[in-house]
Amino acid sequence: MKFKSLIITLFASSIFLTIIICIWKILATLQGLSFTNLNFNLNLLLSLGLVITSVFIGKKFNHILKIFILSLSFTILYTFLNENSPMWFSAGIFLLILLFTNKLKKYDLKYLNQDFISEKIVFEFLSLFAIVFFALVILFPFYIMFVTSFKTQTALLINPIDLSIDFSKNIFEIFKSYFVIFKTYDFGRYILTSSYVSVGTVLITLLFAIPAAYAVARLNFFGKTFLSTSILIIYMFPAIVLVIPLYTVFSQLGLRNSVEGLLIVYTATTLPVAIYMLQGYFKSIPKEIEEAGLIDGQNWFGIIIKIIIPLSLPAIASVSLYVFMIAWNEFLFSLMFLDNPKTFTLSRAINHLTGDAETPRQYLMAGSVVVTLPILLIFIYFEKYLVSGLTAGSVKG
Amino acid sequence: MSTSLSKIEKRTAYTLLLPAVFLVFAIILFPIFANVWISFKEVGLKDIRIPEPRAKKIVKNIQDSNFELKIIYKLRNSSLIQDIREVRFSDKLPKNIEPFNLDKRCKFKSQKIKCFFGNWEAGYRENFEIFVKDVNNNAINKNDIKSYNPDLNGKSNNILLTTDFTLKNFKKVFMNNNFFELLMTTFYFTFFGTFGAILLGIFAAQLVNQKFYGRTFMRSILLFPYVGPVVALAYTWTLLLDPNSGTINSLLVNYGVIEKPINLLGQKYLIINILGFELKLRLALTTVIFFEIWRYFPLAFLFILARLQAIPRDLYEAADVDGAGPFRKFFYITLPQITAILSILFMIRFIWNFNKFEDIFLLTGGASGTLTLPISVYQQGFAISNIGMGSAVSIVIVLLLIIFMIIYFKLIGKKANEI
Repeated sequence: MKFKSLIITLFASSIFLTIIICIWKILATLQGLSFTNLNFNLNLLLSLGLVITSVFIGKKFNHILKIFILSLSFTILYTFLNENSPMWFSAGIFLLILLFTNKLKKYDLKYLNQDFISEKIVFEFLSLFAIVFFALVILFPFYIMFVTSFKTQTALLINPIDLSIDFSKNIFEIFKSYFVIFKTYDFGRYILTSSYVSVGTVLITLLFAIPAAYAVARLNFFGKTFLSTSILIIYMFPAIVLVIPLYTVFSQLGLRNSVEGLLIVYTATTLPVAIYMLQGYFKSIPKEIEEAGLIDGQNWFGIIIKIIIPLSLPAIASVSLYVFMIAWNEFLFSLMFLDNPKTFTLSRAINHLTGDAETPRQYLMAGSVVVTLPILLIFIYFEKYLVSGLTAGSVKG
Repeated sequence: MSTSLSKIEKRTAYTLLLPAVFLVFAIILFPIFANVWISFKEVGLKDIRIPEPRAKKIVKNIQDSNFELKIIYKLRNSSLIQDIREVRFSDKLPKNIEPFNLDKRCKFKSQKIKCFFGNWEAGYRENFEIFVKDVNNNAINKNDIKSYNPDLNGKSNNILLTTDFTLKNFKKVFMNNNFFELLMTTFYFTFFGTFGAILLGIFAAQLVNQKFYGRTFMRSILLFPYVGPVVALAYTWTLLLDPNSGTINSLLVNYGVIEKPINLLGQKYLIINILGFELKLRLALTTVIFFEIWRYFPLAFLFILARLQAIPRDLYEAADVDGAGPFRKFFYITLPQITAILSILFMIRFIWNFNKFEDIFLLTGGASGTLTLPISVYQQGFAISNIGMGSAVSIVIVLLLIIFMIIYFKLIGKKANEI
């Protein structure tokens, strides 16, 4: 039993460490270091040695002293055996090993002697690996988007994997792509259009959805059950089957290339889910409060304005943020309805940029940053509300 | 008394619902039915523009005389393919100004010129001239004349409103040799995209459900791919995977993993040799599916995490007492607890992935074996400019959707409300 868990620990942890080192190396390559070999086998052996020493020393030694000595000696050995590298790269390796050996703290021979421990160990390292995997897979594209926007065309052509930002240039040179897209490509106007469309959609959707949701949640009328089931069914129909008829009708009515046309369509497509989310929340408000309002002589308008809306602000915030996100990110309708650059939204503008094969990729990425950053910031700031909106609305997406 | 109260309640309910219901009818339900109508017609993109009579007004002097002017109307039929019938024209003149030598087709009455031009064939053009003079022989201000805009109207056939129907579109859709491939591609994409997203979602949810340092940070960034705008993310991935100087290909070549860059989004097949068997992998399709998984696993993750957090703690504590390891706990406690949500999730995501347009459109545009039904709607309708065909494909999508929805509601419709 003891032997099995020891072997598993050694292999799981050293493979994990080697992979982390490889990832660090690849990220360093993107900063302009010219590594061409990952030295996987060599580093695996090194890591194995490190783990063995750490496990066998166990708790016989002061922990902090132990991890410092181990990391330092590993880093020196690593730098000696691998190709030459600058100071910051070795410092990174040192930091990684420090964190890793700290993580290994509880793994001594006594711990490995416990019952059923090997399964637990595998699971722990799998979790660690999953954290690294998810963080990398998700953040990598965003990172690339961000750093590419600071490069120049020639630098990217000479060495496409050197994505380091040259801080020796002046501020204007570094942010050149952003100046260009705002000046030459008129992104300021697109930001305004996108904001106008998104905020407008939110307001109109709320204006229509709150009364409708109140009716569905509270009032009795003929066709109520039919209506509440059809809300969900209607919601399931995708934009792509609406696009051709809407295109023809909007062309004939002259609503194409107008922000108003876009507003109408966005509102209609988000209404069902807004009603669905709001009526669920309205139902949870105690009826007695409304009845008290009725006795005070309020009509339905007063009840909605004075009782329902103040009590359901969290739900309204969720719906608003969700609708805002949908409208800000929407692409299909803006592609179909807008061909005049004066009415472009941000998404449509970026798509328009790619239509010209000559557009340098750093401008494209700068545009992408401009459209992505606001929505990510809003998401981070209002995460709680947006997440509950997403969960309720995630039947669609 | 109670009946009148319930009447008021009903009336209130309908008033409250009316705006929302009307909008949804106009923008969602009407187009779905309109698709049926259009799909039985032979309509191209150019046919949907209604032909209009148009006029451009130009005012010119007549040699040396400043109390006489010439107004030129450049008349034309805006359509190059359709006629306009019974074109009528009217324009107003300022006070004290009258036309002279007026065209036979026109009449002048109470400062208004009214003309009847009859039929204009497709692409009709005419320079129509009117001479005007001031009654009191005063100088005429040109801008006064220009300030009025001519009014034109005529009758024309709106191809969408006629009642000629044809089965041609559907014949073309179903008789097309590629229809089966189109359907299969759509199903591959939908099935593997959904399955992969849910699988990754389970892993992510299981991970975040544990306690570790930086857990809240992890939970936020896991939603980034879904929250970010699809345009930005798709183009970032296109640049990452680009065969010429994309980061991933350059890195792989740099570290000697591959010899030549692989065009992950532009190559239809990749032939893999495994133990002498040649396997043909749909490369571009696989890449697109991976993008789809990457972008939509956050939704599965959110759903599953919410369910995981509702599993009673004592189930796990009992398992701890029995000495069960984490894997056993997962397979014997967690998995049975989340199967219901997984099946619902699978159905819903299946329906949505089936309709996905933007992701494939932005990554490959439907080239190199990634043509799915929604992309086909766009290609037929807008790239080939055949609106009727596009609608016919839309109808195929709607019919399949209805089948999926029936299955969904039969199997788990009731359960969905419980969870």
